[in-house]
Amino acid sequence: MRKLLKPISGWANYPSQNCYLIRPEKYCDLACHSSSCIPRGQGKSYGDASLNKDATVILTEKLNRFIAFDKEQGILTAEAGITLAEILNLIVPAGWFLPVTPGTQYVSIGGCVATDVHGKNHHHSGSLGNYIIEFELITANQKKIICSPTQHTEIFWATIGGMGLTGIIGTVRLKLQPINNPFMYTQHYASDNLEQTFSMLEDKTYDDNYSVAWIDCLKTGKQFGRSIIMSAHHATKEEIDRTYLYRKMAAKKQYKLPFNFPSGVLNRIMIRTFNELYYSKNAKNTPPYLSHYQHYFYPLDKIKYWNRFYGKKGFIQYQCVIPNPRAYSGIKQLLEVLTQRHCNSFLGVLKRLGKANPAPLSFAIPGYTLALDIPVHNNNILSLTSKLDEIVLANHGRIYLAKDALLTPEKFQNMYPNYPSWLEIKKTIDPKNYFSSSLSQRLKIGS
Amino acid sequence: MKIISPFDKLTKQKIMIVGCTSAIARATAAQLASQRHSLYLIGRDKEETKRICTDLIIRYNNPIQHGYVDIESLDNHQACFDNAIAALNGIDGVIFSIGYMGEDINKLLWINYNCAVNFLEICATYFEQKKYGFIIAISSVAGDRGRQSNYIYGSAKGGLTIYLQGLRNRLFKSNVNVVTIKPGFVDTPMTFGLPKLFLVASPEIVGKAIAKTILKKPNVAYIPWFWRYIMLIIKLIPETIFKRLSL
Repeated sequence: MRKLLKPISGWANYPSQNCYLIRPEKYCDLACHSSSCIPRGQGKSYGDASLNKDATVILTEKLNRFIAFDKEQGILTAEAGITLAEILNLIVPAGWFLPVTPGTQYVSIGGCVATDVHGKNHHHSGSLGNYIIEFELITANQKKIICSPTQHTEIFWATIGGMGLTGIIGTVRLKLQPINNPFMYTQHYASDNLEQTFSMLEDKTYDDNYSVAWIDCLKTGKQFGRSIIMSAHHATKEEIDRTYLYRKMAAKKQYKLPFNFPSGVLNRIMIRTFNELYYSKNAKNTPPYLSHYQHYFYPLDKIKYWNRFYGKKGFIQYQCVIPNPRAYSGIKQLLEVLTQRHCNSFLGVLKRLGKANPAPLSFAIPGYTLALDIPVHNNNILSLTSKLDEIVLANHGRIYLAKDALLTPEKFQNMYPNYPSWLEIKKTIDPKNYFSSSLSQRLKIGS
Repeated sequence: MKIISPFDKLTKQKIMIVGCTSAIARATAAQLASQRHSLYLIGRDKEETKRICTDLIIRYNNPIQHGYVDIESLDNHQACFDNAIAALNGIDGVIFSIGYMGEDINKLLWINYNCAVNFLEICATYFEQKKYGFIIAISSVAGDRGRQSNYIYGSAKGGLTIYLQGLRNRLFKSNVNVVTIKPGFVDTPMTFGLPKLFLVASPEIVGKAIAKTILKKPNVAYIPWFWRYIMLIIKLIPETIFKRLSL
């Protein structure tokens, strides 16, 4: 198959590396093509998880076909290159929804399995891996094996969250959740400071099936860590019949950033103004309203290529989880470092995570996860992230590999104590380490 | 209020798509399936044909049927065509989208010209009797003028273009429309990774444009439209100059 040499990057535009791309269009062509290859779906992981410097990257975007949809049972089978947007277009009118969804719908389902994505409902429902009935894995020795929680169990869990390093996920079968309508019964609450944010996220009166807190990362002093908590659940038949509820419909048009903005457009003043407006808009005591699922789950999807806001140099998204007893103090330390270093994080998202699943490399563990967008034009980004990494490690936390671009091998192994058990399985199905990415080489995963 | 003329409206047609596993044909099939036409897809690769068909059935809730053909053996063509007629209970049109680009010169000429002509002749005979219908065949801008970079493929496609001209002339009195599609560079496995590509169109755009030709009934459709002018310029260059160029 013909290869295309091209510089590619993840969603954060950092790093950008030359890779040899191949793009199979037939299912039988989906195979391990060289001594180092990694599958790539929509390339929406932020860092270098879907890159393979000077080696092969297998694009799965053309293998995006539905195989079966059981409308009675809510079971969907599709090729792994299909995007969540395509799935939602099919299943929502039929009364079903994804059991777990990340913050964008333009990701492939294969990528979601390989990173074991979590959603705003993780504290109740866990991550996506819990809903995978089975998938077909194309291994390094060109075999196709069906993995499920009962069949090839160890390979199944090693592949979930396995960052594509166990093989290529060919097809996925997953269980959906029933919904009555496409709307979310949404309510916003404002918290004045970090302590209150945490107590509200724990409190059942504010909690819902889906809940997440947007943090104003620039605020210091008394209002340090002030947040907007957005809770929602899928609207029931009764709720949709209450006609007085305000309805926020799906955006009709997707806007597109046509070019990279100059680095530094998202500066401190811009972000501070935005945060102030956003907080005051949402902090008003608004009654609950019905919001279309596209609004609630995918607010940023309204702007195609929003990553171009950060300019050509790109940004990094720093997402970590800090397990429970130390969650509050750990997150507080992280935010304090950010303010001390005058770091402008445009986005700050705090979320409670629930029970972990058996996948050894899965990110989600019980505790709190914080996600930050940091522009790369901040000069000393490496020293900043290594400082953040130290805090995360000291609090027994970990970094989300799907977002990472800067971690080191030693820190990775400390953060993921189940890595040795994953490595054992990797050695059995891919002993020559054919499936490797820039991420796995940087972190020495699998070798 | 917009007045809809009955001539504007594309009624539900029974369409056979030959070579459905090609990226362009798949996109065309998706577009036609979403417009609620009855489709019969024919491909060589059984597994892929079935997958594409199942996908369209699920996406568009449209009962699409499929069959197989080994286009390289001419004896198969009639049987394959008859199967489609039987399955759809007669057809209104054919979209022929088989093409091959590779190292093997004989295979290239055989598939792009001989096999295509043989199959289209069967279609022509059927529609000539029926006195109604359309034949849409995918040729290429490469057939407009021979260039050193791909003149063998170009000559086969050029031959097909001339064949379609003649066929259009023959079938005009039978009320059968013959459309020659000339796509420019399209982002398909045929072009993926080739150097020096420009103005590359996605198969989805091409599929939509092909679906439109059923209603618009052009004789020759360049897709996207600007290729008509690019090729016009290329065709106008005098041969004494053209032979010195590296195109």
